[in-house]
Amino acid sequence: MTNSINEIENAQVILVSGSNTTEAHPQVARRMLTAVDRGAKLIVIDPRKTVLAEAAHIHLAIRPGTDIPLLNGMMRIILDENLVDDLFVEMRTENYYQLRDMLYRLDLDEVARITGVELDKISRAAQLYAQAQKAVICYCLGITQHICGTRNVQALANLAMMTGNIEKEDTGVDPLRGQNNVQGACDMGALPAVFPSYQPVSNDDYREKFEAAWNVDLSPTPGLSLLEMTHGGKDGPIRAMFIMGENPMLSDPVLSKVQETLTHLEFLAVSDIFLSETAQLAHVVFPAASFAEKTGTFTNSERRVQMVRPAIAPIGNCRTDGDIISALAQRLDYPMEYDSPAEVMEEIAMLAPIYGGMHHDRLEEGWGLQWPCWDRSHPGTPFLHKYYFTRGRGHFVPADHEPPSELPDKTYPLLLITGRIYHHYHTGTMTRRSSTLNRECNAALLQVNKADADRLQVRSGEMVTVTSRRGMIEVAVEISDQVQPGSVYTNFHFAEAPINKLCIDTWDPQAHCPEFKVCAVKVAKK
Amino acid sequence: MRDVLTTCAYCGCGCGVYLHEEQGRVIGSTASRNHPVSRNNLCVKGWHLHEFIHHPDRLTEPLIRKKGSLQPASWGEALDYTARELGRIRDKTAGQGIGVLSSAKCTNEENYLLQKFTRAVLKTNNIDHCARL
Repeated sequence: MTNSINEIENAQVILVSGSNTTEAHPQVARRMLTAVDRGAKLIVIDPRKTVLAEAAHIHLAIRPGTDIPLLNGMMRIILDENLVDDLFVEMRTENYYQLRDMLYRLDLDEVARITGVELDKISRAAQLYAQAQKAVICYCLGITQHICGTRNVQALANLAMMTGNIEKEDTGVDPLRGQNNVQGACDMGALPAVFPSYQPVSNDDYREKFEAAWNVDLSPTPGLSLLEMTHGGKDGPIRAMFIMGENPMLSDPVLSKVQETLTHLEFLAVSDIFLSETAQLAHVVFPAASFAEKTGTFTNSERRVQMVRPAIAPIGNCRTDGDIISALAQRLDYPMEYDSPAEVMEEIAMLAPIYGGMHHDRLEEGWGLQWPCWDRSHPGTPFLHKYYFTRGRGHFVPADHEPPSELPDKTYPLLLITGRIYHHYHTGTMTRRSSTLNRECNAALLQVNKADADRLQVRSGEMVTVTSRRGMIEVAVEISDQVQPGSVYTNFHFAEAPINKLCIDTWDPQAHCPEFKVCAVKVAKK
Repeated sequence: MRDVLTTCAYCGCGCGVYLHEEQGRVIGSTASRNHPVSRNNLCVKGWHLHEFIHHPDRLTEPLIRKKGSLQPASWGEALDYTARELGRIRDKTAGQGIGVLSSAKCTNEENYLLQKFTRAVLKTNNIDHCARL
């Protein structure tokens, strides 16, 4: 997020795209609704009538996968209505004319036809957003989990830069991060192409810095991404894996391919707190300590690095993941010995500039620090891009529409959207073992519109089979007007209805984000 | 009884929560009143954050696959076996045959250590996590 979570409640216009915020980020949704109570206007772009969409002043119920035409349409209207922030564009950005030329070629009637949203609504939303003095965009996986995910994000960035809705407090572009420490895992370089603090492994200067600090030679070649590792199949390039606290056997697309890959490895070690679907396939399983049994830090969606403190000692014979890694390094003749996680953080602060001032003794006081925090005296950064963008000038990249790779047809007539629900979390390893949460919700439901339910002759609670070109699952129906006719929706939390068996095996070529939000299915009464 | 201020382990909002410890068990979780995100409020997952910690399904011993099924083993045995296999495949494939998945659920310090281990010891940049899922 370029903003802090609390800044959202001071915005005058909030544009939410591809985020089911009340279910997946309840605290962020609270800020949005507080802002609405204070008079802010809420615009929600979502094919489904989510709870937040119901609360919105304008709900743009686009056809799934048509975000780019919609956003380009909004920008064309902003251009036509003379609402471009010319000063911001001139002082802070580059390549604007390429965007403008593309927008002038755009046919607004075609935008309405592709997106399925009437032009008047798009126009009202565009003017509202462009005229606000403080406007935030919040987006989530509904934007990124498409074949054109990167371009979707670029379209949102174009919209924000064109209207100068960035660089100020309470104004910005806020991707809502999903997992408690997904921001931190990225910051720490648990990514194939970068060291901690996003320093590319292919850059000689950065690599030499890490070689000197770690006293080893390092490879300049970026590694394989998650999907390239888990979708290699039985003859794939990966022969052994070490998996710490992840469950690709439920979270990744096309689970049959993941299973084929993992079961043909020469060696698989998994460290986890429960025997997950992935751990069940391992040669070695390490019992890991949970978050309540260790010291360290998590970095939240607003880049706030905060302490994790132990309430109890590791249960049974569990050890922390940090101890497990150190013990393995020791056995492979590369001692990685630290007195404490605080000492590890000292090394991070030395090597990762955005964490330069993060030290446990500072984080112990107050409510953590938001990166970038360059040195010990730096107070942290509540919002980004105040005087300049990371790269210097903001670069406009015009985005073209690309339809989803699989749309409904005669054989598979329904469009499947996948998502998350309030009571459960990711693959459910933790929430499915919480008695209260299970009492509230203990099974996946397939949302079906009344019109489709009548045609299929199914009632709420009845079991159906959902089939795609890649697999079949069984799930109970919930008749709901949250989905439009022709679409169905469910979540991926439940191993009994592993929806990722059905999802398509395509992903955004730049970000490698799988296209979880759109595929074609058929539904039949069981 | 002791209250420990920590950070919620579910979503990316990052609420400040107190875990209540009693006789070695975590028996409750409540919101921090002044934390900038939680502000005395949690979602349903946060209020029940402690419930999975002592679940009987928790793994408490290392396991090794023997004759097709996972059997309890000692830490020494599990670590030796893992180090031997990772080392063997690293040497056979110049590191390129090894893949590592780190975790958006683990701490920054653990993620840092795992990417260091992967790059410096296993000699590969094949490290990723579920950021896109």
